[in-house]
Amino acid sequence: MTPALVVFAYLGVVLYIGIFAFRRFDQGSAEGYFLAGRSLGPAVFLLSLFGTNMTAFTILGSAGHAFSNGIVTYGLMASSSALIIPLTLFLIGTRMWALGKRHGFITPVQMFRDRWECGHIGTLIFALQAALLLPYIVIAVMGGGTTLNAISGGLVPYWLGGAVVAVVVMSYVFLGGMRGTAWVNAFQTVLFLVFGAAALLLIGSSIGGYSQAMERLLDSEVTAALLTRERVPPRFFLSYTFIPLSTIAFPHIIIFCFTARRMAQFKKTVVYYPLCILAIWLPCVFLGVAANAMLDVPGIAAKLDARALLASGSTLSAGMAAQLQQVAAGDDVIILMLEHYAPLWVAGLLGAGIMAAVMASDSQILALSTMFTEDVFTFYGGTRRFGERVQVQTGRLFVVLIAALAYGIALRASAGIFNLAVQYAFSGYAALFPLLVGALFWKRSTKWGALAVTVWTTTTVAAVAVFQAVVPSTAPGTVAAYWSVAGVDVITRTPGGTDVLGFMPVVPMTIGSALLMVIVSLLTPGPSQATLRRYF
Amino acid sequence: MKNWFLTLAVLALYVLHQDIWFWDSPRPLVFGFLPVGLFYHAVYSVAVAVLMVVMVSHAWPAALEREVEGEASDSTVGPP
Repeated sequence: MTPALVVFAYLGVVLYIGIFAFRRFDQGSAEGYFLAGRSLGPAVFLLSLFGTNMTAFTILGSAGHAFSNGIVTYGLMASSSALIIPLTLFLIGTRMWALGKRHGFITPVQMFRDRWECGHIGTLIFALQAALLLPYIVIAVMGGGTTLNAISGGLVPYWLGGAVVAVVVMSYVFLGGMRGTAWVNAFQTVLFLVFGAAALLLIGSSIGGYSQAMERLLDSEVTAALLTRERVPPRFFLSYTFIPLSTIAFPHIIIFCFTARRMAQFKKTVVYYPLCILAIWLPCVFLGVAANAMLDVPGIAAKLDARALLASGSTLSAGMAAQLQQVAAGDDVIILMLEHYAPLWVAGLLGAGIMAAVMASDSQILALSTMFTEDVFTFYGGTRRFGERVQVQTGRLFVVLIAALAYGIALRASAGIFNLAVQYAFSGYAALFPLLVGALFWKRSTKWGALAVTVWTTTTVAAVAVFQAVVPSTAPGTVAAYWSVAGVDVITRTPGGTDVLGFMPVVPMTIGSALLMVIVSLLTPGPSQATLRRYF
Repeated sequence: MKNWFLTLAVLALYVLHQDIWFWDSPRPLVFGFLPVGLFYHAVYSVAVAVLMVVMVSHAWPAALEREVEGEASDSTVGPP
């Protein structure tokens, strides 16, 4: 029960941060509520921007992925992000900040509408962005319900845990707006940083260092492979460098770029971002791999048994195989190791760290509310008719509606569906990346090019989702060619998804978007010289 | 010239991310416990931070910064 009490104390702290932030800004100002008055300082900007990008996957999912796939997890997801995200913040984030400051933009769609002199195409971009953002919020509510249920030993039921998380997040976003959200995210990032290092040191000291664990893994051919990247083909590894392009295309990240008081605040962020990734991901990935050697932890031993049975080639019923896959999944390996090796007080810290991870949906809720308010309510005349105070109240109303909708969906849908939807969202936002490059760096880009990118992204995300729903995934370690031309496998179904010529779908999706932006723009008339002069 | 050098440095780091040379080697264990492939990518993250220091020092859009912050001190206009 102690960990559950610490978690509730944590929820109280974040609620207080929201209330404190509520008292710190002009209640009637849209920029005050949605952008913290464009006044965030360097430390909060760095910590909260980083925290906004860290989700439940960072701590739980990365260790789970490393438990099953080995050290490749760090190269796939962490070091590729360490290069691409700061680079895009440097090249695109700073320019978006400048445009926001100069023209008063609050959302990316406002910039697209102005840059390409379009209205309804902007509405289409808004609709796609909103549809791709909603799964994150649903997943966070589900994660909160599951985590509170697990940490309280079943005393807090799933429906109540999800409701508590939804209400707490909704409250501090409702009250504190961007300022409250940024402060909570900064606080959560500090918890993440403490969590990774503490877990690594505590477990390491309990088992007398990691050297023996690594040598044990090297003794077996099967586990030695986890210390290499041989389980992942090079083309798949290369594909993953496209995924971080999605980060700067996420509306909540661009909206966050608008909050900096000065452009100089990006300097520390781009320099420290790769180091923050190193500090959080390296311990989680390393512990996930090391867990394979910790056979004295009963939960981990059960996972390894289930994995061995799945790999043995025994004939299993579909239900049995699904059950074994669930047991073998490693998302909770860090929890199991800490429960076994760390003292009780650390379990409380662990609980707070995990809650910080699963509650990282606040920025998305605020971004959706900001987008609805600015891109729909204001664009279609709401603010002109009712004034800025009503605009802020509308934003708050949307926060409540989005949280309630996410909770309602979380109670009815299965987590698997939404985990998949989040995967599609990464590819979808990466495919929207050419919109930003076209708008900011290419005078000749047009609204028709932007429309082509939007339609292409919508179509390909839907096509991948339908394909994966219709064609069943293959057994672990096997692939099935679905479409081949002249002996070359063009589309392949894999255990975890789909490959196109050996690459993840994000690669053709992003390249297709870029080509469409170029070709369609060259064939259609661009915006007026007056507009171009304001941008170039 | 400076921008070309930085562009090449970024491209070089992108290529270095695809480290096929440590693809299937679990050894050596750096510091006795860290597989060399993981150590490589940890050092890679530090190298990116160093590149970012060079970029903010030598390729910072200072003219845009001065222009916008000068304008902002006068007034901020609303969205169109």
